[in-house]
Amino acid sequence: MGGFPILSLMLAIPLLAGIACLFVEAKAARTIALAATLVDLALGIVLWLNFDIGGAQWQYTERYELFAGFSYALGIDGIALLLIVLSTFLMPICILASWESITRRVGEYMAAFLLMEVLMIGVFAAQDLFLFYIFFEAGLIPMYLIIGIWGGQDRIYASYKFFLYTLLGSVLMLIAMLWMVNEAGTTDIPALMQYDFPPAAQTWLWLAFFASFAVKMPMWPVHTWLPDAHVQAPTAGSVILAGVLLKMGGYGFIRFSLPMFPEASAQFVWLVWGLSMAAVVITSLIALVQQDVKKLIAYSSVAHMAIVTVGLFAFNVQGLEGAMIVMLSHGLVSGALFLCVGVIYDRLHTREIDRYGGLAINMPKYAVFFLLFTMASIGLPGTSGFVGEFLSLAGIYQANSWVTLVCTTGIILGAGYMLYLYWRIAFGVQKNADAAAMPDLNPREWAMLAPIAAAVLWMGVYPESFLAPMRQDIAALDARLARAAPDGDADLAAGTPRAEAANAVAGAHDAADGEAEGAH
Amino acid sequence: METSILLIVFLPLLAAIVGGLGNRALGNTVVKSLTTGALFVSCALSWPIFLGFVAGTAEAQVVPVLQWVQSGALSFDWALRVDTLTAVMLVVITSVSALVHLYSWGYMEEDPDQPRFFAYLSLFTFAMLMLVTADNLVQMFFGWEGVGLASYLLIGFWFRKPSANKAAIKAFVVNRVGDLGFMLGIFGTFLVFQTTSIPEILEAAPGMSGSSIGFLGMRLQTMDVLCILLFIGAMGKSAQLGLHTWLPDAMEGPTPVSALIHAATMVTAGVFMVCRLSPMFETAPVALALVTFIGAATCFFAATIGTTQWDIKRVIAYSTCSQLGYMFFAAGVGAYGAAMFHLFTHAFFKALLFLGAGSVIHAMHHEQDMRYYGALRKHIPLTFWAMMAGTLAITGVGIYWLHAGFAGFHSKDAILEVAFARGTEMGTFAFWMGAVAALLTSFYSWRLMFLTFWGKPRWAGSEHIRHAVHHGHDDPEDANPPAQEDAGDDAVHHVPSTEQSDGTAGYHPHESPVSMLVPLGVLTVGAVFAGWVFSHAFLDDPAFWGGSIFYNEALIHEMHAVPLWVKLTASFVMLLGLFGAWLAYIRDTSIPGKFVEQFRYVHNFVYRKWYFDELYDLVFVKPAFWFGRQFWKRGDKGLIDRFGPDGAAWVVARGAVVARKVQSGYLYSYALIMLLGLVAAITWVLM
Repeated sequence: MGGFPILSLMLAIPLLAGIACLFVEAKAARTIALAATLVDLALGIVLWLNFDIGGAQWQYTERYELFAGFSYALGIDGIALLLIVLSTFLMPICILASWESITRRVGEYMAAFLLMEVLMIGVFAAQDLFLFYIFFEAGLIPMYLIIGIWGGQDRIYASYKFFLYTLLGSVLMLIAMLWMVNEAGTTDIPALMQYDFPPAAQTWLWLAFFASFAVKMPMWPVHTWLPDAHVQAPTAGSVILAGVLLKMGGYGFIRFSLPMFPEASAQFVWLVWGLSMAAVVITSLIALVQQDVKKLIAYSSVAHMAIVTVGLFAFNVQGLEGAMIVMLSHGLVSGALFLCVGVIYDRLHTREIDRYGGLAINMPKYAVFFLLFTMASIGLPGTSGFVGEFLSLAGIYQANSWVTLVCTTGIILGAGYMLYLYWRIAFGVQKNADAAAMPDLNPREWAMLAPIAAAVLWMGVYPESFLAPMRQDIAALDARLARAAPDGDADLAAGTPRAEAANAVAGAHDAADGEAEGAH
Repeated sequence: METSILLIVFLPLLAAIVGGLGNRALGNTVVKSLTTGALFVSCALSWPIFLGFVAGTAEAQVVPVLQWVQSGALSFDWALRVDTLTAVMLVVITSVSALVHLYSWGYMEEDPDQPRFFAYLSLFTFAMLMLVTADNLVQMFFGWEGVGLASYLLIGFWFRKPSANKAAIKAFVVNRVGDLGFMLGIFGTFLVFQTTSIPEILEAAPGMSGSSIGFLGMRLQTMDVLCILLFIGAMGKSAQLGLHTWLPDAMEGPTPVSALIHAATMVTAGVFMVCRLSPMFETAPVALALVTFIGAATCFFAATIGTTQWDIKRVIAYSTCSQLGYMFFAAGVGAYGAAMFHLFTHAFFKALLFLGAGSVIHAMHHEQDMRYYGALRKHIPLTFWAMMAGTLAITGVGIYWLHAGFAGFHSKDAILEVAFARGTEMGTFAFWMGAVAALLTSFYSWRLMFLTFWGKPRWAGSEHIRHAVHHGHDDPEDANPPAQEDAGDDAVHHVPSTEQSDGTAGYHPHESPVSMLVPLGVLTVGAVFAGWVFSHAFLDDPAFWGGSIFYNEALIHEMHAVPLWVKLTASFVMLLGLFGAWLAYIRDTSIPGKFVEQFRYVHNFVYRKWYFDELYDLVFVKPAFWFGRQFWKRGDKGLIDRFGPDGAAWVVARGAVVARKVQSGYLYSYALIMLLGLVAAITWVLM
């Protein structure tokens, strides 16, 4: 890959652009932000195209020793690659979504978003434990500002809740990291992924990391910050929150908890499965009764993320790959759903579902996009939602059939709450005159939704593009987990084949057979 | 064949995309021509393939399209499989679909949203074709869900009506319950066979016979578990007992949709699935017994309800449900050929009945309640004769000694005979249930005919008719969706009228336009001849099937050897049903009223559809919402938040000043903790 520091460049561009945004007019800030994110998107695509599938595990590596142990080390494998591409893909869309709706302190807003992008890419690209920690935790700061300054009515409460939760987890994680570095004598993540910690220590380390990742996912019952954060965040904030920030928890599991503590991961499978099952059923039911459209989608996110965690803790290739695809798919689909909410929120300034209705009549283009993303959220085959959900559940089935049964009820409940939502918003009669007067998508909004729609279908029909880069990394992880993987409950046992075919004609009639032949 | 199968499957998709996205920009005529044209091409390409298999010249083939998913050992691709079984479905789907497209030109004439309707129809056809050409279970599931989507969109086509939305969501969600089983079945199949490829599974299935597997904490026979799980999927899609509740409500959709999706094609997908996997089901005796039982129970249960409904489409919907039951128990006893044969003939006569009903509804200005029909024979004679052919076909009219009869005579009688010939308790149970259901089928079918076409006009009581008379038929209001079809008895209040003594209210029913009559004519030909022409191939010719289904030759021999009384049972009960209907609805029309009076509770039980909807509402729907509210208010807010973040806030700041402090304070303290942590870390490492 040559020595060109493309990852550093991807960090530097939004960083510089963000600083520039602080000092210019609103209009210029928007343009700068859009340009910077588009350049990063272009670089992301370059990254993807030049990624050597089947080549070295870690590519585009850069390393500068700073001081003893601590180094500025970047590098990505297929898993990180896909998440970086997802981040760079969503960023320009977020800038577009904020184009007209943000009018106050635009420069700072754009700066916050660009800083966000730096930190997100940083999280996925960091190869040094402490570098990762900085990116991981600092990522909350711009998000906190975005909710707290540009959010809705109850933004203070929401940002406070968001903070409190994440703070708790991260302190524990930091302590665990310190212990690990001390034990292994290195801060290098790839090296730590190969290091075998003593099983007794793994338990505590795993729990410390779990505290942080479970909140980020979020898993039930530490999810209550998410609905509030989503409801209060501006549209683009929600998109990034659902699209990328929630993926940091899953990425954490796949990068740290599973490879570094395989034994502990196996030890705690029932904790993860139990919480995931509870999440699927409980948050889906909660989504069913929501009157606030953003809350509904937020709760559905929790249910979807539970499919990620069961997939990850299925301990097999299908589960891991499925979990990754669910993460990517959810990043696109829930992001798109929040954009869809943003489109109508910008027109009517309410998130109350009952204020809408019959939008398919006056906003037919919008209705088509919204339907596509609804279906993708439900997991209709042919969309990205299905591939991930199917693989993930196929993976967990090999581990436990009960967990699969409970988690698969998500496809019923999901259809229930999403279609009920779609009915109340897009179908039915136009009962509110102001909603009935809303104009259809403008070109800017169309440009936000169309690329996501294309990506959703692409991932649904030809997911190979997304599976191929991570195949080798997942296989390596699977191999590492093999020694700890719990036995499945299927336990197929051969038996004596039943000699007769099920429908061999019963003996009683055999006697009559002869006569029958004659009668014919 | 390679190019033609690609065209058959993907032309409807192309038409749906272009038509759907082009919509108003292209205009009604362009979109309608495009979609209808595409379907006629598909249809024209399908018949040669089918006839090739009938003649024995064609060979099974798989056309690869695109790689789909490869994840570890689990891999499946997009591919189109064509064998005899697929070919049968191809002609059924493309023929009925093409005719329904054509019919809709007339039927949907006044609708403002025609391009959307035609695009949905074509999209449905594509998904259905993907389902039947699937070479692996996952692609079948793709088609399965695709038709579910199209069905959802078409049932809810008149999306302004709350009842249509409810019905659409109900159809999707109830189907998803079945899909849960289907998905678990696929997962289990992959676990056991390490593949989802249908031919590979079928080949390996006998080897797994007798093995056991752990499932939900139990140890069970592997093949029975897998087949039952897959069959649950089939029950959902084919509206079998327990998961049938969506089908009658699906009549909210426009009538052409009912004919295509809820009679001829989509609902038969479950039967197709069992037949496609027949060698696998043959290794699972318990699963097959369940299939037989569910099929037999459904055919009886749905037929009883059919005898009491007033809505013409609902009668036919329950009839469909019942006929699907026949197909299932035929498959359950091992006569997959007979099941597919009934699927084939049923597609023609049931589509005919639905389209005929649509023509009646069209003539009666959207009135669907048979209580307000009567004496239509003379007013819409062509529709009448088409419906007559459909009725003769579904009731199975034919003469045993000549071996000649309408379509249903060949297929339904074969199913009853084979169930009897099977000789097991379950088979005999199915035979008797089937025989009773045949009696009821004849009764409700003739009841429908007599109420609609005989007797005196009772139109004056219909609000739709009076609306038409008062406002004139071409009133612009007509074009508005609220005036569209009403299913269900609660939607419209019928007020009896005494204005006109002849009961017509001055209304003149009109025969449907040519675009609607041509499909009726073509389907009439099918309803009359399809059974007679193809009986041999479907039932008696293993070479025709070419291994695409499990063919039990011994059983077919038995079938032909059943006693004469068994063979005549179907015809006998058919006459009995006809006589009963004649007695009650022609001879002495006071009989039904007296009957209801006498057996109030029985009638209510049946009329209220055995209270399934009420039961499910009570057990599933209401509790789901109740639990949702509890989990939200009590769980999230009352428990987690109260003792979590809110409690913490209270501890930290205790009062109203929290807000300000939070905003300014936490960020810095957070950054500080991070920084301190890092410093500590570095010092530790350095030491």
